[in-house]
Amino acid sequence: MRNYLDFEAPIKELNEQIQKLKDSAVKTGVNVENAVQELEKALIAKTEDLYKNMDPWQRVQLSRHPDRPYALEYIEAMTEGTWIELHGDRTVKDDKAMIGGFGLLNGESVMFIGQQKGANTKMRQYRNFGMANPEGYRKALRLMRLAEKFNKPIVTLIDTPGAFPGLEAEERGQGEAIARNLFEMMRLKVPVICIIIGEGASGGALGIGIGDRVLMMENTWYSVISPESCSSILWRSWDYKVTAASALKLTAEDMKWNGLIDGIIREPLGGAHANHEQAISILKDVIQSTIADLRKNSNDELVKQRIEKFCAMGKYVEA
Amino acid sequence: MSWFKRMKKGITTQNQEKKEIPEGLWYQCPECKHVMTSDQHAENDWLCEKCDYHEKITSLNYFSILFDENQFSEVAAHLISGDPLEFTDTKAYKDRIKTTINKSGLKDALRVGFGNIEGEKAVVACMDFGFIGGSMGSVVGEKFARGVDKAIEENCPFICISKSGGARMMEAGFSLMQMAKTSAKLTQLADHQLPYVSFLTDPTTGGVTASFAMLGDINIAEPKALIGFAGPRVVKETIGKDLPEGFQSSEFVLEHGFLDYIVNRKELKQKLALSLKQMKAKS
Repeated sequence: MRNYLDFEAPIKELNEQIQKLKDSAVKTGVNVENAVQELEKALIAKTEDLYKNMDPWQRVQLSRHPDRPYALEYIEAMTEGTWIELHGDRTVKDDKAMIGGFGLLNGESVMFIGQQKGANTKMRQYRNFGMANPEGYRKALRLMRLAEKFNKPIVTLIDTPGAFPGLEAEERGQGEAIARNLFEMMRLKVPVICIIIGEGASGGALGIGIGDRVLMMENTWYSVISPESCSSILWRSWDYKVTAASALKLTAEDMKWNGLIDGIIREPLGGAHANHEQAISILKDVIQSTIADLRKNSNDELVKQRIEKFCAMGKYVEA
Repeated sequence: MSWFKRMKKGITTQNQEKKEIPEGLWYQCPECKHVMTSDQHAENDWLCEKCDYHEKITSLNYFSILFDENQFSEVAAHLISGDPLEFTDTKAYKDRIKTTINKSGLKDALRVGFGNIEGEKAVVACMDFGFIGGSMGSVVGEKFARGVDKAIEENCPFICISKSGGARMMEAGFSLMQMAKTSAKLTQLADHQLPYVSFLTDPTTGGVTASFAMLGDINIAEPKALIGFAGPRVVKETIGKDLPEGFQSSEFVLEHGFLDYIVNRKELKQKLALSLKQMKAKS
């Protein structure tokens, strides 16, 4: 059973009609092929239309769509059974919200790191809703250094509602863990690609988000705060999340326009959740071509350009 | 300078019950309620003479404490905020900036000074909480960057005094990327083997904690400052319990291993100068 968001209602309706027709054909033996084709055409047109005119808040909802593929699904599918998950930060524990390990991408070894959300209630709790603790960021850094040691490219898949704001997270230095990653990722002497595959919330996302190419999938968001929290802080009410989503300029298009990311990855028609297989194959192609592209530079050049890129970010007035 | 100090106390006096005391002349410690004259308070580096309570002070106050004879030149003093996203919440960001500049007399939430500390050159960047809660937007990032450049140019240490609620939401993505930018600049400073001291004061939270404030070669703090990533209210909501006493205080953060030492403001200059001397790379 697919899940549908409110604004996906027309898609749901058409899908259900198609299913009904197909079911009745099986029962009655009547040929419904033409009718189904008509409806499928209508479905494509409707989906295109819906996705063309999406507002930022709808994008935010899509980024959290319960049917969206999560990091592990992408990684396992792209590496075709060659991914070995590596665990632990070597200091405190193994953070289940942050995963990492080598996998082969068409024969080449790549370090994949990502935030992992759970698909059902139990798994969501197990994954702490994709909110990493300091040990998650430290595990990520350990694995990135491992990749650097053997000159393997690094790909991070970002999907988090934020770094975990818990008591123990504070005790173990959440701020320091993220800060350390920002500093060290700047200097990693291997190609680093960071991809927002769902939610890119603030420092929790940035903590694995320093790369030579930072890319956003089409239906994701990336900003300093979630629209809900922004609404509650600036408007002192939870009712302005739609307005906040627009104001924050958090969509892939806006972030690209402002020069804060390097590119957008198109999703299949109807979003990644509508066609996992195609979303995975698109992502794999992008990663492979981006690695090939980055490998044209020396690792020292990559570091230099990476630092220069982030240093150039910001808009101010020389009064 | 005394003119400035009195202005500051006049503005921040908020306690309605204190109306019988002429504004600006007296200071009452919010901790122990001890009363002293504002001049005494300022001469005591804005500490309560009785309980050592560290009053929040401005960048100019810190510069007056740190720089020899209060002599310094400002770096990138002319930068002010644009409005890159044309952001409007209950008020247009552009107007908020204008009003804050007029009210506070500050250009943004960071001031960078270059001068001598006990005879040795140093660049000091210092945040001003009075400018939109010391929040970090593009101007803070760029001034920090130019401060680092100045330190590299002068071959001297870089010190940053943090006092911030975190990122400036009205600059959204730009604000977030200042965390990346300031960290990137610190890698350049490190490449030149120049010391970076992060001095955390009350309060230091959010994106500032999760970037340059925690990246010092040594991290030091004032006593009893609030230091954390998530604010105490958010942590409380997350765990659904009251927070233990002293949670996220300097002493707590020191105990958990993220600070090198806590220093009383009276001993700040001397101890900082000594730390800088100890770290100065052998040529």
